[in-house]
Amino acid sequence: MEALYIFMLAAFTGYEVIARVPVILHTPLMSGSNFVHGVVLVGAMVVLGHADPEDPLQLAIGFIAVVLGAANAAGGYVVTERMLAMFTKKN
Amino acid sequence: MTAKLLVDASYFVVAVLFILGLKAMASPVTARKGIVWAGIGMVVATLVTFFTPGMQNFGLIILAIVIGGVAAWWSGKVVKMTDMPQMVAIYNGMGGGAAAAIAALEFARGGVHGIVFTTLATLGALIGAVSFSGSCVAFAKLQGLMNKAWRLPAQNAVNIVLALVTVLVGVGIVVSGDPTPTQIITFFVLSLVLGVIITLPIGGADMPVVISLFNAFTGLAVGFEGYVLGIPALIIAGIVVGAAGTLLTQLMAKAMNRPITNILFSPITGEAQAGSGPTGTMKECSSMDAASMMRYAQKVIIVPGYGMAVAGAQHKVYEMTKLLEEAGVEVKFAIHPVAGRMPGHMNVLLAEAGVPYEQIFDLEEINEEFSQADVALVIGANDVVNPVARTDKTSPIYGMPILNADKAQNVIVIKRGKGAGYSGIENALFFEENCRLCYGSAQGVVSEMIGHVKSLS
Repeated sequence: MEALYIFMLAAFTGYEVIARVPVILHTPLMSGSNFVHGVVLVGAMVVLGHADPEDPLQLAIGFIAVVLGAANAAGGYVVTERMLAMFTKKN
Repeated sequence: MTAKLLVDASYFVVAVLFILGLKAMASPVTARKGIVWAGIGMVVATLVTFFTPGMQNFGLIILAIVIGGVAAWWSGKVVKMTDMPQMVAIYNGMGGGAAAAIAALEFARGGVHGIVFTTLATLGALIGAVSFSGSCVAFAKLQGLMNKAWRLPAQNAVNIVLALVTVLVGVGIVVSGDPTPTQIITFFVLSLVLGVIITLPIGGADMPVVISLFNAFTGLAVGFEGYVLGIPALIIAGIVVGAAGTLLTQLMAKAMNRPITNILFSPITGEAQAGSGPTGTMKECSSMDAASMMRYAQKVIIVPGYGMAVAGAQHKVYEMTKLLEEAGVEVKFAIHPVAGRMPGHMNVLLAEAGVPYEQIFDLEEINEEFSQADVALVIGANDVVNPVARTDKTSPIYGMPILNADKAQNVIVIKRGKGAGYSGIENALFFEENCRLCYGSAQGVVSEMIGHVKSLS
């Protein structure tokens, strides 16, 4: 039940944050939100951390999860940073 | 106990940093700070996770982070600005894949109990897997690895049946409570195939909306898996992105006047209007003629499109702009909301070339001005200036807001070849009386124009 409240409040927050965005920032913002869900890395680390060290299948799935999560976070950051860097150059 | 408290408190701070970061990214002034805040949040989250009680396999975790992180960091650094959209697509797909893999591992080690947990784990797995395979197809298409839109016969029926079967298998997993490996594997395979099947027939012009939709999907999947794992930071970040991504998808779809359901279920195809192509002839002109037309104009509006970006001509275009301004010509840039491959993509590309913001105008701001312009210079843009969107009800792009370049006294179009636009539709503008075409790569043609403008000064 508690989680339901978190879901609802988070959904409103997400909506509010984006509601008044100039078009020029749509792409960087999409990229930025792509980076934020890279926090899935944390979840991947936790499941790999609790996987049975004797079970190669579990380790393999967990390993893939962490590689993918890390790529989402790192790639998302670099790409967003590069886009936004252009917007501050001349101000 | 203290370790747990430290981890939880850190996650709380991380969630706050993410929300503040996103908020800051929504304004041009603070955008740069926003990504830095979110970045700090990510580093903190990753570090404290090592202190989660009961963790093992640290060697593997670090190895995986290094592999994934370094590969993505490097590819993100070297990618060209024009190729950004597909990079966002692929990184997003990886996030979806990670969420699906989390669910797979939780099922494999029998860590999911109770109907709420199983339902959310299964939903997250489905959405994450669809986002993963769909994003991979989107990447392949934008990267030019896959040029054709593939349509199965009765595509929509196939989609719906496949989706239903997948959901049924998912329901089976939830109801059984203790799913067999066969059930799980079938479910994941079906979900992955579903993502591919949905994305394959979608044409390149709709891709930005689809990437944005998958971005929202991944957010949701992350949120659901966060619930299953009991990590509020994941729930908050995931759902915030899910909601923000959904709104962003709507904004993009609105800019193209294409409801999301249309994009998914009735993709634009060239065949749709086979019978009624525009009539008349296309008239060529030399870069010299074009240059002198602009040099002696009062007002020139430049309409840049993805073709300009691919040719890497934005720096040359800005150089020519400055020359024309020195000669007393007023020059403005008109940006269609979906110019480039994503909303705002063209602004990013022009900013990279150094074009000041004051010279760049949105569709609503500038559309009235075309009728007062002596020359509209269309560089590598096509569908966004096609007047059939205003006039021809049978055209698949009918109703999409377009830049009224055809209203200018003269229209000069720089175009690589005689082919149709990205959507595969013939452009009626090219056959208009006031329109002249300059064939060649944008980079080459604009360089020639610069030479001619200089010689006229």
